[in-house]
Amino acid sequence: MASYSTNEFRPGLKVLLEGDPCVMLEAEFVKPGKGQAFTRVKFRNLITGRVWERTLRSGESMEAADVVERDLDYLYSDGDLWYFMTTDDNYDQIAADAAAVGEAKDFLAEQARCQITFWNENPISVSPPNFVNLAVTETDPGLRGDTAQGGTKPATLETGAVINVPLFIEIGDVLRVDTRTGEYVSRSKQ
Amino acid sequence: MSEAWRPTAAIDTLLKRAELLDRARTFFRDRDIVEVQTSTLDQYGVTDVAIENIEVAGYGYLQSSPEYQMKRLLAAGMPSCFQIGPAFRAGEIGRWHNTEFTMLEWYERDVTLDQLMANVVALVDCVVGPMPVLTKTVEQLLQDAYGLDPHHPDESRCLEIASGEGLQSARDTYEALDFLIGSAVEKLGIERVLLTEYPSYQSALANTVRRGDVDVALRFEFVVDGLEIANGYDELRDAVEFRRRCDRDNERRVQLGLPAKPIDPNFEAAMVHGLPQCCGVAVGLDRLFALAMGKSALREVVPFTLIGE
Repeated sequence: MASYSTNEFRPGLKVLLEGDPCVMLEAEFVKPGKGQAFTRVKFRNLITGRVWERTLRSGESMEAADVVERDLDYLYSDGDLWYFMTTDDNYDQIAADAAAVGEAKDFLAEQARCQITFWNENPISVSPPNFVNLAVTETDPGLRGDTAQGGTKPATLETGAVINVPLFIEIGDVLRVDTRTGEYVSRSKQ
Repeated sequence: MSEAWRPTAAIDTLLKRAELLDRARTFFRDRDIVEVQTSTLDQYGVTDVAIENIEVAGYGYLQSSPEYQMKRLLAAGMPSCFQIGPAFRAGEIGRWHNTEFTMLEWYERDVTLDQLMANVVALVDCVVGPMPVLTKTVEQLLQDAYGLDPHHPDESRCLEIASGEGLQSARDTYEALDFLIGSAVEKLGIERVLLTEYPSYQSALANTVRRGDVDVALRFEFVVDGLEIANGYDELRDAVEFRRRCDRDNERRVQLGLPAKPIDPNFEAAMVHGLPQCCGVAVGLDRLFALAMGKSALREVVPFTLIGE
């Protein structure tokens, strides 16, 4: 595998740190006037999501991580694995485990085009689209006429996720949800 | 059309910069310190291990600092003097580093290092605005932060502490200490810190003085908002010691796989002739201006930088 020297460091570069694939968030050259030059780097661990800070001596290098991102359509889950289909003409299916899917499992809507990060060909993380449409499977009865403002109530979505929704939402409604915040956006016209 | 021709700094910023430059020059005029101009291109460079000159084929080197030529002036009888001009260091590119940068270098004759430090603080107060300053020796700094004695460093302990602070792989005590001084200053969380009395291996061209059983370098750095703004010395006058330090630099350069550099014979001859007692300091003027204007990168206060900087 290729490697990158400190003078090639830039945000977005994918490298191996302590055996884990990481993406560089920031790389800054620092040097005392009369002393050794260093490069200070912030990484996000692509598996745990944690941010790491390390300082490297200038001229050192890091091994590149074989990390690629691909768009796939979500198909279904059997409870253990989540299945996705490639968007080319091959219709290949790939399965991601709970660790890779992570919190995205709350917002996986059928057919939603997701971005999946692969490390050495294995899926390690799943990002759903920013907005998805999901049906309500459970919530207290709606209050007719109360469509303007007022309080909220919990509603369970088809994925099992519970979000706060306005009081007028009923079972069977399809909601547009912001997957980045887990917030209700609107009732879908579908 | 590409917009790459445009200056990286705003015109308003450059106008303010002109005012600040004027303020700095007034500071020296008020103190009867004369402005000089030496050349940026010289036949010789420096042996410093961590400084790479830019070589100009057939001519010599762009100067990494006007130090040698200014000291030749002092040896020839020049009174206290300052210079504002470009300095060049290969490979130094970053938010707070430009290959070409503006250096303010100044020498005062017949002063103590404490007096020069007070003057540097006064200059920063004058350009950026006044603020309290914490003064610490490098030993106090590292003792307080890590219980580490930089004058008797234990290599494995230094490397272990540096690694705990996030340094991937220091090759030796020197690299670990360079890194730890920076992290320790950062930990202080104080805006202005004067660091004094460096370990003797970092004496560069500073005199050393005996403290107990060790020699410490009569050298200081002024750190403002985490940035190294000034680096000053009680200037070494011993020509034999100068050669010894250059030879040591070159030995270490070779160890690290860097080319050994010729020792500037003109500067050495000036040292032999006799440098008057003086203290000198180099100030990173672009950085100082950035701090004064609340900017967060050098490119915001200089009109143009090399592509990629």
